[in-house]
Amino acid sequence: MTLAAASHGFLSPTGVEIAFLLVGLVTLGAAVVTVTTKQLVHAALWLVVALGGIAVEYLLLTAEFIAWVQVLIYVGSVVVLLLFGLMLTKAPIGRSENADSGNRWAALIVAVASAAALVWVVTDAFRTTWIDLDGAVQGSTEASGRSLFQYWVLPFEALSVLLLAALVGAIVLSRKNDDRERSDGSERPGSGKQSGPREQSGSREQPGSRERPGDRARLREDQG
Amino acid sequence: MSDALDIALRLIAVFVAFLVFPLVIGQTEHKVMAHMQGRLGPMYAGGFHGWAQLVADGVKFAQKEDVVPAGADRRIFQLAPAVALLPYLLVLVAIPLGPGNVVGQSLDAGIFFVLAVMGVGVLGSLMAGWASANKFSLLGGLRTAAQLLAYELPMLLAAASVAMAAGTLSLPGILDAFHWWWVPWQIVGGLVFFTAGLAELQRPPFDMPVADSEIIFGAYTEYTGLRFALFLLAEYAGILVLCALTSVLFLGGWHGPFGADGLGWLWMLLKTAVLAFGVIWLRVSYPRLREDQLQKLAWTVLIPLALAQIALTGVVKVVIS
Repeated sequence: MTLAAASHGFLSPTGVEIAFLLVGLVTLGAAVVTVTTKQLVHAALWLVVALGGIAVEYLLLTAEFIAWVQVLIYVGSVVVLLLFGLMLTKAPIGRSENADSGNRWAALIVAVASAAALVWVVTDAFRTTWIDLDGAVQGSTEASGRSLFQYWVLPFEALSVLLLAALVGAIVLSRKNDDRERSDGSERPGSGKQSGPREQSGSREQPGSRERPGDRARLREDQG
Repeated sequence: MSDALDIALRLIAVFVAFLVFPLVIGQTEHKVMAHMQGRLGPMYAGGFHGWAQLVADGVKFAQKEDVVPAGADRRIFQLAPAVALLPYLLVLVAIPLGPGNVVGQSLDAGIFFVLAVMGVGVLGSLMAGWASANKFSLLGGLRTAAQLLAYELPMLLAAASVAMAAGTLSLPGILDAFHWWWVPWQIVGGLVFFTAGLAELQRPPFDMPVADSEIIFGAYTEYTGLRFALFLLAEYAGILVLCALTSVLFLGGWHGPFGADGLGWLWMLLKTAVLAFGVIWLRVSYPRLREDQLQKLAWTVLIPLALAQIALTGVVKVVIS
């Protein structure tokens, strides 16, 4: 990265800068729709667009490794977890008007405040920093790994300890519930016995009954 | 100009592979399954042993009415098959076929790209399951999500072990660093990766999300015509991608006992084909795992095995360097 604000004017943007701005606008729009839409699952899917947009921004900043990690963790796992949770609740198709918590204004104030703080900090820190796109790639896996394990080891380790604490906490919480269930009664062994024979019959049927493309198509033809 | 032409040719080649190989795997599945079950399978379409059966199936699917249920979320219902299929096309771009430059596009963080984009494909099943307004579809979607969450982790850990061994995340780079003794060294990771990949594709014995004898066809129950065919195509493209990835990461891709320079692509195709045959074989021979057995296998067997593999990789790496 170079300190060369003088040679980069804001009035003659390059193609990459224009693309960066446009993708940023799309990301912002998707994020706004995520928090304003009345359809719960649509909100989760718009979140995919917003997170994907951020990944594209990373790519445009040459941080390829961070971009794919963003897709892997956020789109591939966090959103899937969100959708899983939504499907476990009712998650009706169409608008859910009563899914409003009444904290709308408080949430708006917090969101605007944190956005303002982030924008202020980031612009203040990187105001005159430009990435030289023609030179060596600065966001490659090697470069990210080096800076992470040379200059940012302490925050990295602190974060990992935090995650470990969260993991241990989750295990403790789930084990507490487990004990209570066990002392309540014989819920677990009963359900185990029920599912035994069902599974056996299912597995015996399996090889013959799984002629997928053909069978299903034939069934449909018979109906139609 | 020649740069643009080069890129265009590579993309066309990847696209052709994407159209041809899944159909070859599908046709092989028809015939192999049939013979393992003492049948002949398709024999008429195209003349010779029914080779054109899947082409005929495609024509049939294209002619069928594309029904969207009245209660469904129309746009998401229609978008889901594309979300399920396109990631596999993108992934194929990064998989090397031969030594040197025989790859769609060499990526610096190839493993992460491949695993990240494959994970996105599962969103298609989730969208389909929710948007169909059908309780069987919703159950299928739920099971898909639970399965993905459980099996993504061992898959990543197993891939990380290979990346540690090679010292790079780029797929061609991993193949350049490959030696034959990596196969026994990484064999546990390879088994974990392949098993977790099968579960992510919802192939038997991990096909609880589409278990036809209990929830009809899971997330795809309401689909007809071309959109249903796209989901099936996504499954076969997924088999292709998984087998190709496993052979690149754990079996040395284009490396072979002889002829590595000219015949590298043939070794790669051979390894992929053998693995795909294994996938088909598993479908015919193994009973379906129950949902709790699925979760138990992932969390109590595969993840510890993958972690042990990473430890082994680290120790050996330190010893030999």
